[in-house]
Amino acid sequence: MPATASESLPIHGADDVVVVRQRVRELALMLGFRLIDQTKLVTAASELARNTLTHGRGGQVEIVTLHDGSKKGLRLVFEDQGPGIPDIARALTDGFTTGGGLGLGLGGSKRLCNEFSVESEPGRGTRVMIARWA
Amino acid sequence: MERIPILKIGSFLLVSIQVDMHDRLAMSLQDDLTAEIVKARAKGVLIDISSLELVDSFIGRTLGNIAAMSRVLDAQTVLVGMRPAVAITLVELGMSLPGVRTALNVDQGLALLQAAIDQGEHGAGDGV
Repeated sequence: MPATASESLPIHGADDVVVVRQRVRELALMLGFRLIDQTKLVTAASELARNTLTHGRGGQVEIVTLHDGSKKGLRLVFEDQGPGIPDIARALTDGFTTGGGLGLGLGGSKRLCNEFSVESEPGRGTRVMIARWA
Repeated sequence: MERIPILKIGSFLLVSIQVDMHDRLAMSLQDDLTAEIVKARAKGVLIDISSLELVDSFIGRTLGNIAAMSRVLDAQTVLVGMRPAVAITLVELGMSLPGVRTALNVDQGLALLQAAIDQGEHGAGDGV
């Protein structure tokens, strides 16, 4: 998948979560995402940015514009150097939470995107990748 | 600090969320609204989210909390104007906002509130 443009945004406060979702919305609009696809991607971005902030103690997101033939898409990679996820399968289960939330962030984001992967090492941090095609 | 305005109309409170809410703003809305319900002795709360392009799990949870807290404070809450794309995304995310009354627009929301309050008064039968 050839990437054409990439940018990185910091996630260190609640305002950064808003900045991330606004930037993702802008790019999705530019790439011609339909409204429903924009909304799904932006919502997933919001969930994961908040996870980076509250569970990962802050980090950053890399936003990559994808062009594959006539297909266009966005890939978002959220990275933190926080405590990591000891049991990823469990963290993906709806309703499982350590942050006092609803436990929908990770599993919900997976459902809202076309591609999803999560890597984590306890004590080293977490990396969550999502992608959605226009 | 930034605040979302709460308007009082008769015994109802009206809130129209016009900005992309960060988490602290959502929390302060929850606090302000519960305080205002008590202060204004409001019987109903109408929350218009027709400008919201996104409702994620945090905002969804806050709206659910507001509805639950108002109920405990003897006020009804109606959420109006949710965009179709937001509704689809919210359900796919895993949230169906149980316990939150919804209506398509402000007019229908006000009618629903009035009906709920009338019914409550007749149903309670305490005739104070």
